[in-house]
Amino acid sequence: MTKSYQTPEEAKQDQAYLEVLSELIYQLADDDLVISHRGSEWLGLAPHIEEDVAFSSITQDTMGHAAMYYQMLEELGFGKADDIAYLRKPEEYRNALLTERPNGKGHYKEDPDYDWGYAIIRNYAYEVFKKARLDSLEKSSYVPLAQTAQKIKREQFYHLYHWEVWIDQLAHSTEEAQKRLNAAIKKTWDDLESLFDLGAKGEAMVQFGLVEASDVLKQSFINRFQAKIEGAGLEWPGVFVPLEVSGREGKHTPEFFAALNELNEVYKLDPQAKW
Amino acid sequence: MQEALLSREQQVWEKLQLVTDPEITSVNLIEMGMVEKVIVEGNQVEVQLIPTYIGCPALNMMEEDVIEAVSQVQGVDEVKVSFLRTPIWTSDRITAEGREKLKEFGIAPPPLAPKQEGIWEIECPYCNSPKTVMNNIFGPTACRSIFYCNSCKNPFEAIKPV
Repeated sequence: MTKSYQTPEEAKQDQAYLEVLSELIYQLADDDLVISHRGSEWLGLAPHIEEDVAFSSITQDTMGHAAMYYQMLEELGFGKADDIAYLRKPEEYRNALLTERPNGKGHYKEDPDYDWGYAIIRNYAYEVFKKARLDSLEKSSYVPLAQTAQKIKREQFYHLYHWEVWIDQLAHSTEEAQKRLNAAIKKTWDDLESLFDLGAKGEAMVQFGLVEASDVLKQSFINRFQAKIEGAGLEWPGVFVPLEVSGREGKHTPEFFAALNELNEVYKLDPQAKW
Repeated sequence: MQEALLSREQQVWEKLQLVTDPEITSVNLIEMGMVEKVIVEGNQVEVQLIPTYIGCPALNMMEEDVIEAVSQVQGVDEVKVSFLRTPIWTSDRITAEGREKLKEFGIAPPPLAPKQEGIWEIECPYCNSPKTVMNNIFGPTACRSIFYCNSCKNPFEAIKPV
């Protein structure tokens, strides 16, 4: 039985624990922040108006989840939540590669040629992973994190369900839809491992009882994702592609730098402004 | 002295009855099940709120509205609003009165004791018919879904069960 920590004050007393805990929260926060930024770029471009309402709601919820995690970092003494979210250097962000990939060709303001199939599969993969991670966080040794996971799960349930509806509908429609979904699965697969990467402090996270090991999360992911994909008659690619660079170590793509510049553009104009 | 403190707390609760969700103006925060505790210490008041959806942009407005309303209580110099991590807000926290007032606003109250499932059944807030269909789980705000009533032919919104 690992020791549990009830409050930020208690966690701050234990420097070794605090270091590992904060690393995990940065990963949680940055994953949600960056994928919801990509989601926000779809605003006005989704296939129909109902989807625009749905996807932007999901994005708004997810941005809220990121905000909860940044708030936790603030409580742990890492500065102001908004500053942590917006003012860090790109190499200080710990998000997984899958969350930062562009939505497709073009830019949302100019000639967007986004891939809806990829939106469905990338987001579904992320949400299935997120559910596995939240299930694990509910048992976390850091009690505020376990409580936050419980709260997020109640909202996240609808996000997960949303993408499953899309998969079921499109997989049973036209051949072209199936082809596009299969292509999107392949593309997502190249980055899938990035989600399960816990970074250099991963082992310590598991030892401190903060989160379960990658293998446990992976099995939970596979159980749900494979059943859905195969049930819909789509191709399950099997083994994950090994990771080349780790977003958890601050390694990111040039597209991420551009996205971050847009994400923090307004905040940087006047960090003292009250919204 | 203790009597005076008690009545100050009561006055705070009365003021809180005037603060509504800016996106559902017929229901106050107490009826929404968002007020967990009021702590009065001398001239200082702390109002503990339970956030509905963290991504909800109305939370900041509610915080400001609470500070403004409670500051009007005589003898109160300082008002602090804190958002709690626990207990978690669930749609079951909306009071019986709140559920009725939601209907007046054209919003169906959420099903009680929901098991989170993809689609749930709900009665039309206008004609009480159970013959309704869901158009979109997601609606104009984080907490609402969009439905259509096949009996009275009205579109309406419902509080999403969480």
